[in-house]
Amino acid sequence: MNETDQRTHPALPKSPTGIEGLDQLTGGGLPQGRPTLLCGSAGCGKTLIAMEFLVRGATQFGEPGVFMAFEERTEELALNFISLGHDLNVLVAQKKLSLDFVRVERSEIEEAGEYDLEGLFIRLGHSIDRIGAKRVVLDTIETLFSGLTNTAILRAELRRLFRWLKDKGVTAIITGERGETSLTRYGLEEYVADCVIMLDHRVSENMSTRRLRIVKYRGSSHGTSEYPFLIDEGGISLLPITSLGLKHVASSERVSSGLPGLDAMMGGPGYYRGSSVLVSGTAGSGKTSLSAHFAAAAAARGERCLWFAFEESASQITRNMRSIGLDLEQAIQQGCLRFHAERPTSGLEMHLVTIHKQVQAFQPRIVIIDPITNFTALGSDAEVTAMLTRLIDFFKQQQITALFTSLTSGGRAEENTEAGVSSLMDVWLLLRDIESGAERNRVLHLLKSRGMAHSNQVREFLLTGHGVELRDVYLGPSGALLTGSARVGLEAQEEAQSLVREQESSGRSRALERKRAAVEAQIAAIRAEFGVEEAELKRGIAQGDARAAMLAGDRVEMGRQRQDDAPAPAATEKLN
Amino acid sequence: METKPKPGDDLAAFEQALTQTGEGNYVLRLYLTGHTSRSLKAVQAVKKLCEEHLAGRYELEIVDLCQQPERAQAAQIIAAPTLVKELPPPLRRLIGDLTDPDRVLVALNLKPRKT
Repeated sequence: MNETDQRTHPALPKSPTGIEGLDQLTGGGLPQGRPTLLCGSAGCGKTLIAMEFLVRGATQFGEPGVFMAFEERTEELALNFISLGHDLNVLVAQKKLSLDFVRVERSEIEEAGEYDLEGLFIRLGHSIDRIGAKRVVLDTIETLFSGLTNTAILRAELRRLFRWLKDKGVTAIITGERGETSLTRYGLEEYVADCVIMLDHRVSENMSTRRLRIVKYRGSSHGTSEYPFLIDEGGISLLPITSLGLKHVASSERVSSGLPGLDAMMGGPGYYRGSSVLVSGTAGSGKTSLSAHFAAAAAARGERCLWFAFEESASQITRNMRSIGLDLEQAIQQGCLRFHAERPTSGLEMHLVTIHKQVQAFQPRIVIIDPITNFTALGSDAEVTAMLTRLIDFFKQQQITALFTSLTSGGRAEENTEAGVSSLMDVWLLLRDIESGAERNRVLHLLKSRGMAHSNQVREFLLTGHGVELRDVYLGPSGALLTGSARVGLEAQEEAQSLVREQESSGRSRALERKRAAVEAQIAAIRAEFGVEEAELKRGIAQGDARAAMLAGDRVEMGRQRQDDAPAPAATEKLN
Repeated sequence: METKPKPGDDLAAFEQALTQTGEGNYVLRLYLTGHTSRSLKAVQAVKKLCEEHLAGRYELEIVDLCQQPERAQAAQIIAAPTLVKELPPPLRRLIGDLTDPDRVLVALNLKPRKT
């Protein structure tokens, strides 16, 4: 029906499954209007994925579906899916879903002569037409092989069935049990050639992981690796690695690290939002405390923070942080902080999926993973790096600022982080213990901080009763770092020296004062001497003048006595 | 629950069922899919069988699933043609065009199963 139309389309039309990871992996979903074979061993989730395809089709994409079950009764199915959050009976009542249990009971059946499976065709056709179904699941049609002995007829009829499904234009999932040598026990892959998906359930190192692989997808590119998936109360989650590209938007917004001293080392405001921060250090170097500060700062801003603790329980962390004056309890009660504490015993992929789910449920802006080192026990270095890469990409896409702590073991070089993840990180803080003067002290290095000017100096990292403090470290006379009591000692020494200097300089200024006083005394003496001289000189001058006046007076007197001219009035006045 | 007949009990079970159900104690339904040659063969075979072995004590319904598709699900039909023996118990489904009269008679408990 649609077949010929579809061939003219450049891209194969696809039916989205609604299972996010699977749709990314298949580039949009299952081939539309064609059957897909879903095979795998017992208990690996075939029925669940198939039903999820129908339920999501019915609820999200407006495509009703028919589920033909050969193994489980419809009541059992409905009950199983209620525990996974889908009420099938409601969908059935809304005519969005049709459930049909096909009972194949060997003991009831007698074969007498030639037959075909037209009964099944009519039955399925009726269900499809009744609700206008676009999707069909046959789970597991191989059951027919156990009920009917004439495999020649059966095979011919199955071939006809798949062609008939295509003609109907329905997107179908046919499930099949994994065979010993072939994909399915009865070779169904022979008939369903368009798309084959294989599920697997493996236990390695006592950890079981469900995996999905697309064996074949005719006419479409697809991811070829095995991808882990998880079944829990929210249904199926699948996490393809390749679906994540480096397309995230880099934010220029900054978030405080919770330590003013550390923010200052990064030029003030703190980390970029959406960046990934690695805090590595030896045991007991204060990684968790640093994380707690970050979490507390987030809570104070009213941002949500999700903390994955792989070594300590939530109550242990809150108790320990109370001892350095950080009250995380309050943040938890406000709903700003959530702990997800778990021993890393399940597989790596399971953790990745769990983290995804938790993040999607809580929608935090900040995530703390403490520590990532525990993952290394769960897989090879390459696997761990791949997993962390995906994790970091995921956080970046969500614009989540993520802080990872990493334990560096004593024997290894401090800058050699586990799994070589440091290159993935935007900010790398190294916490180090320095042993000197019979004590160990913590120092913090800011080894790298992408996209911002940052301090290249080492800071001493103090855990005090009111939180973490960063102090400048001292360089000793020999150029060695001085921390702890050595630093305190040097501080005291310097203080003493400065006191001495202060005393010396105040002594000098007193001497200067004395000198000034002496000089001024001398100046006063000279001035006094000069005063005396001046007075004497002035007296001399005055006497001279008086004598000259007397002489002039005498002359005027003599003239008057000689009855000379009339005296000059000026001279007369002068004398008066 | 259906009681599974032991090989030697066939006749006894049959006679017991006979007394329990009284008249018209064989309830047979033949499900077909349209007028195919197989359908016709099956109809002929069933009619012949009923007249020869169950005269006066059977009820036969012939259902064409093409006309009544909803009945396929209710009757758990997979193959066509299918003859369902609803009574007497146990329930039996005979699939095929019923061209092997011996097998049909055995399946309907009208002839002892060969050992």
